[in-house]
Amino acid sequence: METIETILAAHPFLKGLKAAHLQLLVDCASQVSFDPGQFLCREDEEATQFYLIYHGQVAVEIFRARRGPVTIQTLSEGKVLGWLWFLKPYHWHLDARAMEVTRAISLKVKCLLKKCDQNHELGYELMKRYAHNLAVQFRVTKLQLLDMYGG
Amino acid sequence: MSMSLSTAEPMLPEPYLVQKVRRETADTFTLALTPNAGGETFAFAPGQFNMLYAFGVGEVPISISGAPGHSDILVHTVRAVGNVTQAICRAKPGEMLGVRGPFGTSWPVAAAQGSDLVIIAGGLGLAPLRPAIYYLLAHRAAYGNIELIYGARTPKDLLYRRELERWRGRFDFRVHVTVDAAGADWRGNVGVVTNIIGRTRFDPAHTVALICGPGVMMRFCVLELLNHGVKAENIYISMERNMKCGLGLCGHCQLGPTFICKDGPVFAYDRLKGWFDKREV
Ligand SMILES: Cc1cc2nc3c(=O)[nH]c(=O)nc-3n(C[C@H](O)[C@H](O)[C@H](O)COP(=O)(O)OP(=O)(O)OC[C@H]3O[C@@H](n4cnc5c(N)ncnc54)[C@H](O)[C@@H]3O)c2cc1C
Ligand code: FES
Repeated sequence: METIETILAAHPFLKGLKAAHLQLLVDCASQVSFDPGQFLCREDEEATQFYLIYHGQVAVEIFRARRGPVTIQTLSEGKVLGWLWFLKPYHWHLDARAMEVTRAISLKVKCLLKKCDQNHELGYELMKRYAHNLAVQFRVTKLQLLDMYGG
Repeated sequence: MSMSLSTAEPMLPEPYLVQKVRRETADTFTLALTPNAGGETFAFAPGQFNMLYAFGVGEVPISISGAPGHSDILVHTVRAVGNVTQAICRAKPGEMLGVRGPFGTSWPVAAAQGSDLVIIAGGLGLAPLRPAIYYLLAHRAAYGNIELIYGARTPKDLLYRRELERWRGRFDFRVHVTVDAAGADWRGNVGVVTNIIGRTRFDPAHTVALICGPGVMMRFCVLELLNHGVKAENIYISMERNMKCGLGLCGHCQLGPTFICKDGPVFAYDRLKGWFDKREV
């Protein structure tokens, strides 16, 4: 049976994390599921959760006043949502909506922050993954801004 | 692999009749042509191009986007960007265009038998790859896993919508479509094509990659494939340059030591390495 521990251990974001560190994360984790159309987060809401998606697909959207939502990215199995969780203020700056049945491990941000304060080695491990994610995201955003298919 | 010229006089366009025009996107049209003299069109290999002549306006290189086995029509997909391409896109059924070809090298579809294939197209880049896809699907049993990654700016910019949906319905062909931005009604991926490469299934040691799209997209796709262990000699890209003769005579399309019209447009990446990344040659 898939337990929170096995799902966390198999998730690409946490690849290579020691069992002891995974165990610390389990204390902050719960399994969540979203129906198609259901929001994982809404802009300006307090960001209390960090999601590790392990099934399904999520649309990350920006809402434009007159033209409605525009999807700027989709996230599927193996991706994370809300990875700016340790930056104050803890508020979502985007909407994220399940496009199909989506399952994720939800980690409580306050709990995560506490664990990282108490265990700097875990904090460093998560920070390395954060930096990697940031670098990938930065590269992808540059390509998107380039409007590469225009010609 | 290259296929020889159809016309006895290679600089002289043969008249072709426009049979059908289909609007793909706001500025891109697919034209089906038949020889004005009747009879069959010439054979071509997937990835080759023709010089299309809009009478009185000019001549431009355009890839053949139809099925290689069809001898009754010649299909091209053209985006109207300037004088000549606009004139071609304005052509109505019954009007005449000049055709010279086929020119250039082709996708290594026969040599790739037994391998997994990763096909990556960006924007209009799906047009030169479509004949290769037709070929691969017609000989499906001869290949391993086949993945198509297709990226466009928005859902409105996707070519061959109905065909993409049909391909997606197949169990033996994995199709990933991604756009840079979309409205809430879009049910596919949003993100750049390079993001998808990690989600495809292939055995890097036995994979052939075919890439066609704007230069910057191809550059990042090549890097990503190399990072995944695909060999440089198994990564094929299709290059674009301004052309005049299409025959390796005028030097218009020169890139380093190669002529794109004759030695290309399809090249193995290891052959072009160094030149491909140069800013201005
Ligand atoms: C081997 C090969 C295969 C090709 N296959 C196709 C094809 O299948 N379908 C197709 O529509 N085009 C294809 N092209 C590109 C096509 O040849 C050019 O778009 C065409 O030559 C432009 O001519 P024009 O007179 O319409 O525009 P020009 O007056 O020459 O250019 C008008 C404007 O468009 C820009 N432009 C020129 N070429 C391109 C280009 N390739 N992409 C984006 N902007 C451009 C110019 O910078 C200029 O700003 C291919 C080119 C090559 C070399
Ligand atoms: S177009 Fe004349 S040499 Fe290539």
